[in-house]
Amino acid sequence: MSTAFSKRQKAGQRVVNIAAGAALLYLFIPIFVIVLFSFNEPKGKYNIKWQNFTLNNWAHPFVEKELTSALWVSLRIALIATIVSTILGTLIALSLSRYKFKASGAVNLFLILPLTAPEIVMGSSLATLFLNRSVDFGYVTIIIAHVMFQISFVAVTVRARIRGFDWTLEQAAQDLGATPSRAFWKVTFPLILPGIMAAALLSFALSVDDFIITFFNAGSLVTFPLQIFGASRVKISPQINVLASMLLFTSMALMAGAMVLTRRREHRHSSVARKKS
Amino acid sequence: MSLSSRPENVGLGVMLGLGLGAVALAAQWVKGPSALLVAVAMLAMAIGLIFTAFAGGLEARKSLAPYGLLKPGIIWLCLFFLAPLWSMVVMSLSSKTGRFDFFPDFTWNFENYRIALTKFRPQFIRSFSYAGIATLLTVVIGYPLAYFIAFRGGKYRNILLGLVVVPFFTSYLIRTLAWNNILADEGPVVSLINTLHLSGIFESLNIMQNGKLMNTPAAVIGGLTYNFLPFMVLPIYVSLEKIDVRLVDAAMDLYSSASQAFRKVVLPLSLPGLFAGGLLVFIPAAGDFVNAQFLGNPQTTMIGNSIQDQFLRQLNYPVASAMSFVLMIIITIIVLIYTKFMGTEDLA
Repeated sequence: MSTAFSKRQKAGQRVVNIAAGAALLYLFIPIFVIVLFSFNEPKGKYNIKWQNFTLNNWAHPFVEKELTSALWVSLRIALIATIVSTILGTLIALSLSRYKFKASGAVNLFLILPLTAPEIVMGSSLATLFLNRSVDFGYVTIIIAHVMFQISFVAVTVRARIRGFDWTLEQAAQDLGATPSRAFWKVTFPLILPGIMAAALLSFALSVDDFIITFFNAGSLVTFPLQIFGASRVKISPQINVLASMLLFTSMALMAGAMVLTRRREHRHSSVARKKS
Repeated sequence: MSLSSRPENVGLGVMLGLGLGAVALAAQWVKGPSALLVAVAMLAMAIGLIFTAFAGGLEARKSLAPYGLLKPGIIWLCLFFLAPLWSMVVMSLSSKTGRFDFFPDFTWNFENYRIALTKFRPQFIRSFSYAGIATLLTVVIGYPLAYFIAFRGGKYRNILLGLVVVPFFTSYLIRTLAWNNILADEGPVVSLINTLHLSGIFESLNIMQNGKLMNTPAAVIGGLTYNFLPFMVLPIYVSLEKIDVRLVDAAMDLYSSASQAFRKVVLPLSLPGLFAGGLLVFIPAAGDFVNAQFLGNPQTTMIGNSIQDQFLRQLNYPVASAMSFVLMIIITIIVLIYTKFMGTEDLA
């Protein structure tokens, strides 16, 4: 029976492989298109049809003044919002993973709510609150909004990364005479820092890319996604693709760097362990 | 001092009190002098907490610590996530006196909900059916990919997972616009279909309309599927990765066929990831308006487009709020049913 059986099995395996390959291809086709069209020389206002290859767009990535300043606005907002949300979210994660307490279940559920609420509801309801209070829309309202949706992301990501952390290490440091705060900063913090950094990077990316919530709370301030949305009705310049490709390559390099670092760290740890044994 | 003998209760109570106070102040439950009263009460709670921490010694501080760490973040969420929802409900029952009335009065005006559910019923139906179809498509496309990474990825697992999230690193709007290039009337896909003379089939499947792929319902659903696919792949991967391969071997040793082993062992064990992924795809897809804006036509608008239009262009905050609230209620019911059966673990 085994030959006929394994033939069918092999065919099935091949189908899965092909389907997986096709899915990856599907994920990447638009990415190729974005990079490809950054080298296009469009006729007219829309960079939709392929015309001629040019390096001109990459030679002058910042000629679109409004696009460039919008990118700066986004990066500035993301930096501040990420710092605030990383601190607040990490505190929540520490509380949930380190202590056992009565309300932890309810807090968990409360944290999930912003992750599962539709963005359009969060955006429009926050805008309603600001309208009721006659708050001027701008940097502050956008940063408040971004921190709001980032907190849960940071808390959940950091908690996942420090799950299984050995809290007795901190206890050991205290037994050896360290004050609680010294034990935290010298022992715990360095060990959970990679998780915190990963969460910060993720929420930075979320902030730079956020469109729907920002759209409702920006007033006349224009962030990078808002600029693209506004421009898309009038003119799609290839510089959009150039800046998008730059963002893509930068974050890919960051991710590859982080992967190499963790691998090296794991390698070092395992070689240390081997030496000890 | 009976309270400080139970510092944990003090911590919990103060957290609830401050959170509630924050919502009350931000959402304007209380105004004028009573708002001042609430603020004073919150201050008193904070002082009481500090007193308990100092009086109670190390033990008390230890049981207060988790609440202390939670407080800043939780209060932020109370102020800017919970309180706005209340403002939205109040706004959804208010009525405007004129187009430029920016402060509609609360009048129990249920007319807004009637408008939301009748005039905008097609948008609601479209949102949920587009999001539903997109969710099913992400399962069909994403499951094999997650399966491949989990069981055949070997040492390339992390790189493959990285590839799944790489598309996230370009702007959401630009990714969506890229489908404009791909599906354009003179683009590669349409010309391929035309050279192969397949347009008849695509037209009959309603994927193409009048020889166009762009600005069709199929394009909108395709865009939603594309943009939220990683949200399906990652949770499925996580639950597949946990499966002990020996279970599959055991099934095969007991003479199950490969497909039986999949159906009876692997698939049931991956259901948590499948449901979590379903939620994580369906929710943002149902509330999205970018794909309908960039890839659709006026007959494919979703509820997000209507909320955005009513809120930011017509300045009709009450009706926009009513639509938001209905959307929120439907999604919340789905989430609650999910968490009742699956808990909150797999969502994170």
